[in-house]
Amino acid sequence: MNRDKFEPLILGFACNWCAYAGADLAGVSRFQYPPNMRIIRVMCSGRVDPTFVLKAFASGADGVFIGGCHPGDCHYIEGNYKARRRYELLKKMLPQYGIESERLRLEWISASEGARFAEVVMDFINVIKELGALGKRQDQ
Amino acid sequence: MNVPEVVEYVKGLPDIVHAERNLFTCSEEGISAIKKGIKGHNLNRVIVASCTPRTHEPLFRAACEEAGLNKYLFEFVNIRDQCSWVHMREPEKATQKAKDLIRMGVAKARLLEPLEEVETPVIPSCMVMGGGVVGMSAALNLAEQGFEVHLVEKGKGLGGTLLDLYKLFPTNEQASKLVESAIQKVAAQSKIKAYLSTRVKDVRGFIGNFEVVLDQDGKESEIKVGTIIVAIGAEELKPVHQYGYGKFPNVVTQLELEQRMKKGEFEGQNVVMINCVGARIPERTYCSRFCCMTAVKNATLIRESNPASKVWILHRDLMAYGEDFENYYRWSMEQGVRFIRYDREKPPQVIGDGTAEKVRVWHQLRGREIELPADMVVLTTPLIPRADNEEISKMLKVPLSEQGFFLEAHVKLMPLEFATEGIYICGSARWPTEIAEGVAQAYGAAAKAAIPMRRGYVKPEAITSYVNEDLCGGCGICFEMCPYSAIEIKAENGKRVAHCITALCKGCGTCGAACPSGAISMNHFTDEQILAQIAALTA
Repeated sequence: MNRDKFEPLILGFACNWCAYAGADLAGVSRFQYPPNMRIIRVMCSGRVDPTFVLKAFASGADGVFIGGCHPGDCHYIEGNYKARRRYELLKKMLPQYGIESERLRLEWISASEGARFAEVVMDFINVIKELGALGKRQDQ
Repeated sequence: MNVPEVVEYVKGLPDIVHAERNLFTCSEEGISAIKKGIKGHNLNRVIVASCTPRTHEPLFRAACEEAGLNKYLFEFVNIRDQCSWVHMREPEKATQKAKDLIRMGVAKARLLEPLEEVETPVIPSCMVMGGGVVGMSAALNLAEQGFEVHLVEKGKGLGGTLLDLYKLFPTNEQASKLVESAIQKVAAQSKIKAYLSTRVKDVRGFIGNFEVVLDQDGKESEIKVGTIIVAIGAEELKPVHQYGYGKFPNVVTQLELEQRMKKGEFEGQNVVMINCVGARIPERTYCSRFCCMTAVKNATLIRESNPASKVWILHRDLMAYGEDFENYYRWSMEQGVRFIRYDREKPPQVIGDGTAEKVRVWHQLRGREIELPADMVVLTTPLIPRADNEEISKMLKVPLSEQGFFLEAHVKLMPLEFATEGIYICGSARWPTEIAEGVAQAYGAAAKAAIPMRRGYVKPEAITSYVNEDLCGGCGICFEMCPYSAIEIKAENGKRVAHCITALCKGCGTCGAACPSGAISMNHFTDEQILAQIAALTA
């Protein structure tokens, strides 16, 4: 496969208060990044059930991104810490399904970090591009 | 992106009865199109694909409600802030992304369920943070409306920055007159309780019922308030190592000049002011807006008090907005203040030995360098965010801008309020602001804070958890997870089941993410809804 031509499909979960707002600010500030990610808004990164992540990979995502508030800043006190625990477990679990753990990324992005949102997403897209397509898309 | 193509695509999605393009769906026309669509096509779900739910969801939800549709049957798809605006050079891919996002939104919308909101009470009391003229104005406004106000000031007395100012533009009235009158009014107002030398140590809770821990010189106390106004102001930049500041005793900032003038300690025959010191430069790009007027005013006052003096203002541009300021600026020229424009590439140089003696500057019109004698050099610096902004932003869970000032929810649609309900912002904590504007903002913030307090209740979003008791095994993991103690485990008919106390639930959903049997989920963000969104990722 031509790596340059490969355009990964990434599913993102962004918490309403920080990461989603940061993504909006990236837009308001017109920070440009490649259009590979589709975001699902959740109220808190702590809402992201590990099942959602597995379902995303099963549904054709080459990478899954979770964006939450910085440690100490969670709108719901500690939802981001819960997200981090599940993230660590998922990272251990994914290779057992033949999914590289780098395909899952958790980042803390505040509502004022529009530039950081764009940078982090760009970086993640590049990581997934390096890894190539996941699952059935590889067979095509 | 190609919006007509997106509309055509959406028309072909299963269950879509009607799809149309509006230039501004949030306009009167767009809103009435939603209402007409609901009635005309007997719609039971509505999706708007446009800017962001963070600013516009309430508006569209209200339109649905007015047309008789439960507002939770509305779904928002963000194809502007998170799509067209961030992929401006890739319109084709952005169009594809918009189609995908809408398809995912439709998948969720199919499974949306109507929800009812439960009222929660609002304590008719407000905490105003910051006892400067802006904070005092907000406090007085609310107290006069009959609300209890807790005015928290970290300094030893009320008054803030105004205590250091001499006279105020454009009226040239004494700053002390204004600030003393405000302090007296606050003291006479029985509804206001002022806390001096006090810091806000911790804030918990939500609109209607915030629990605040105050630290007054090491002594802690707790208050409960319904709303919070942030009016903590900003501070003047001290331009260390620039233009001889810190090296020559006669190089001072505008604020330091005013302190001297106020005490009657100002002396100087030849005064050179340099504007935009530390402002509108790559590392601090913003204009602090009113500092030009501060320089113009102080220069004029010097000329007025000593007609033999010479005062120059070296500036890059001159910000004298509005009728009053423009008139003041013209008047200052009539009073003999001299204005010289300088180039940022060729900045002025302050020259001296022990003290500043002269200022050398490239005169753009004459096309050569000139030298100005200086007994005193005054540097006009911008306001910068306070050092404790970051700590306070974390405590209140409200954002700061990249420059470090407090960031309101939307500059035009939700000015003076944060996305977090019940918390409001005014004055220079928001952005460098002159006094009249700051006071107007204080009244604005007070008016907004009064809305939920006057009503007496809020209806928090019905995004709470619920338990399917048939699936619940009573393991109690959700109980362990919940940071609000909103889940209790009950024994019913000999079986342990979890139960959600809706009034305490804030809707984070971490219980749903942890439940091993899928028995607990979140209203409006159910497992089924999110899984359907994920499944729709690829067509």
